Amino acid sequence: MSEDFGSGAPEIGARALLRWAWRQLTSMRIALILLMLLGVAAIPGSLFPQRSQNPQKVDQYFNSNPGLANVMDKLHLFNVYSSPWFSSIYLLLFISLIGCVLPRTFHHLRAIGQKPPLTPKNLDRMEGFRVVEGARDDALKIAQKWLKKNGFRIRVTDGSISAEKGFSRETGNLLFHLSLILMLVGVATGGLLGMKGEAIVNVGDRFVNTPTSYDTISFGKFQGEGSLVPFSLTVTNFQASYNPVTQQPTDYLLSTLVSNPIGSKAKPVEIRVNHPLTFGSTKVYLQANGYSPIVTVRDKTGAITYRGPTIFLPQDANLSSLGAIKVPDMNPQIGLIASFLPTASSTPKRGMFSSYPEVLDPRLVLSVWSGNLGMDSGNPQSLYSLDTSKMKRIGLKALTMGSSYNFGSGSITFDGWKPWVNLQIVDDPGKLYALLGAIAAIAGLLTSLFTRQRRIWVKVRHYDDHVELAGLAKNGIPGLDAELDLLQKQIQREIKEK
Amino acid sequence: MSSTSLAYFSNNTIYSSLVVFTIAFIAHAVEVSWSVKNVAGERKTTFDFDRTERIGRIGSAMMILGFLLLIVADATRGFSAGRVPWGNMYEFSITGALTLTGAYLFSLRKYSLRWLGLPVSISVLLTLGTAIMVLYRPSAPLVPALKSPWLAIHVSAAIISGGVFLVANLVAAAYLWMERYELGTGRPEWAKKLPSLEELDQLSYRLVAFVFPLWTFAIIAGAIWAESAWGKYWGWDPKETWAFITWVAYAAYLHARVTVGWRGRRAAWLCIFAGSTFLFNYIYVNIWGTGLHTYSGL
Repeated sequence: MSEDFGSGAPEIGARALLRWAWRQLTSMRIALILLMLLGVAAIPGSLFPQRSQNPQKVDQYFNSNPGLANVMDKLHLFNVYSSPWFSSIYLLLFISLIGCVLPRTFHHLRAIGQKPPLTPKNLDRMEGFRVVEGARDDALKIAQKWLKKNGFRIRVTDGSISAEKGFSRETGNLLFHLSLILMLVGVATGGLLGMKGEAIVNVGDRFVNTPTSYDTISFGKFQGEGSLVPFSLTVTNFQASYNPVTQQPTDYLLSTLVSNPIGSKAKPVEIRVNHPLTFGSTKVYLQANGYSPIVTVRDKTGAITYRGPTIFLPQDANLSSLGAIKVPDMNPQIGLIASFLPTASSTPKRGMFSSYPEVLDPRLVLSVWSGNLGMDSGNPQSLYSLDTSKMKRIGLKALTMGSSYNFGSGSITFDGWKPWVNLQIVDDPGKLYALLGAIAAIAGLLTSLFTRQRRIWVKVRHYDDHVELAGLAKNGIPGLDAELDLLQKQIQREIKEK
Repeated sequence: MSSTSLAYFSNNTIYSSLVVFTIAFIAHAVEVSWSVKNVAGERKTTFDFDRTERIGRIGSAMMILGFLLLIVADATRGFSAGRVPWGNMYEFSITGALTLTGAYLFSLRKYSLRWLGLPVSISVLLTLGTAIMVLYRPSAPLVPALKSPWLAIHVSAAIISGGVFLVANLVAAAYLWMERYELGTGRPEWAKKLPSLEELDQLSYRLVAFVFPLWTFAIIAGAIWAESAWGKYWGWDPKETWAFITWVAYAAYLHARVTVGWRGRRAAWLCIFAGSTFLFNYIYVNIWGTGLHTYSGL
């Protein structure tokens, strides 16, 4: 017995503690604090670069001050919106919201079809109290008719009417908060069952939707490679238009041939910014564009050791592009670091640069390196840069289209160029729920903010046959007095007519 | 008219509106200062209603004229570029000044709010001045990402919300100012025409409650647009983040008022705080920030 007693007591304590914690969490005060905290917690993500948006900038932090960057990383300052502290705030907020809204929803559902509460004993303490003099029981009938016509729910008792309007205020309020939960479900579904990837494709090339075709690809926790839509897409043309004055892009048009499933008859499809290609919940976006210069590299004997377009990455708004061309099949190996300038200009101060994003007068500015490319080292290498630690620079040259440069152990010819496009492929099965939640949230918000909830009471005073009117407006919303005025006038007019 | 001459016409109309708003500003300043009138030989401060009434009316008339000029300037700017006139920060500021004036004139019809004319005309002058001096860019077509019907929907909802938020902020600031007087020596003569503390308190709440759904809509419309332009409906871009912070701050304000019963000073401070997150978003993120919402053209 004593042992039972001993173990039982703290259990009750724990339960009480839990109940206390739950009551605290679902209290309005804590919900408000969590809401404010959520706003404050969102701030650092806008001040520091985030991995999900700008990984290069994060790398800059690590390069310039590794110690500080490590500490910041431990605090999740580069991944604020997926950090434990940010997540715990919004999860607590949503638990609090559910704990608050669900009981209210049940209470509200039970109240559907129920009559308004009884008329209070003393109306003279209520808002807009007034007396219609010399009225008889007829007044009640007139009031009942008027209230019904104006959409009030009515409870008639002996000698009094209790009327209520604006029930939908709470309906809208609950709908708004429940929709927020639906939105969270949508966001979570997208995160857990979604997929996102990017691939750079040269004009003329075909993209097949399998994981190996991607440059980067990531799946949600509960999603795998099997979920990819089996389509293939051939980039037939890409047209970028620019404003000659501001040099800003005015339009991008990507023409493709799409087969879904792979092997079926290809259909021509145009993809633009704001007009992605859609397969169910999967969408293909045109995200970026650039140039791939086409070169041919030959060895001393004239045999071709490298030929083709090489993807270069744009460095500025005029699409000066930087890239690396690696020729492992030469002895010694040859590497080229090159700039592609679509419209070349030069000044003594800046040297060569691109002055327009369209290809009008292209140049390929090369620096040729000889030695070991380091491709066998086993370390993953970037496609776009050259590891020159075991190489020696043997030449520097700016080529016009069609011209060649002999660097001693071989030669390079600048044959032409191709545009490339960066396709972003996203599958987000949760976004429909998020959208539905958002629409319902606005509907609920409008309903609750623009519905006035109020009660009106009409009561016959038995000792002098006068009729008392009064009301109560939730949250002190104005307009009740004007409404009571109307009702009073109506009663007075009709009584006079009789 | 060619698009260049239209743009030129728009610029000149902006300059004219600047003059008109300056007159409105002077009229309202005179109205306020003339309310305090010390008659020689008398110790009491007197109050010449007739004279301030007339100059106040002149101020309101100038505000209306300035509003009309801004409509013309904004429309011609839009026509000259063949699109809605909020493609860069210059245009956004012009349209913002237009909605701020519009929100003020709209409230003027419903409430006796003429005292707000002075802060509103100062704000409009500052906005237009910065737009012309710092933010001006020649009229030009849009970059591809902005070519969407959502530009008209999302941005106009954001501009209107912003205009109303700023008016609510001015009202809340007036509340705090008047409260300080009333707690101390009482309101000075010039401030006696202003609404009571309770009315100011209610008005700033009503403005926020009225426009909060629109702000919610602006964010959601932005998300729908982002989904088709950038491939994700929410990416915690700095502008999105601050729009979210503003939303959270106003949501907290509404809950604090409706559920917890905050009134008066605390509510006014919270309102001003929420409004400043909007201003911060507009100024900081547009000019110094990074991210995808960098259309200021700066």
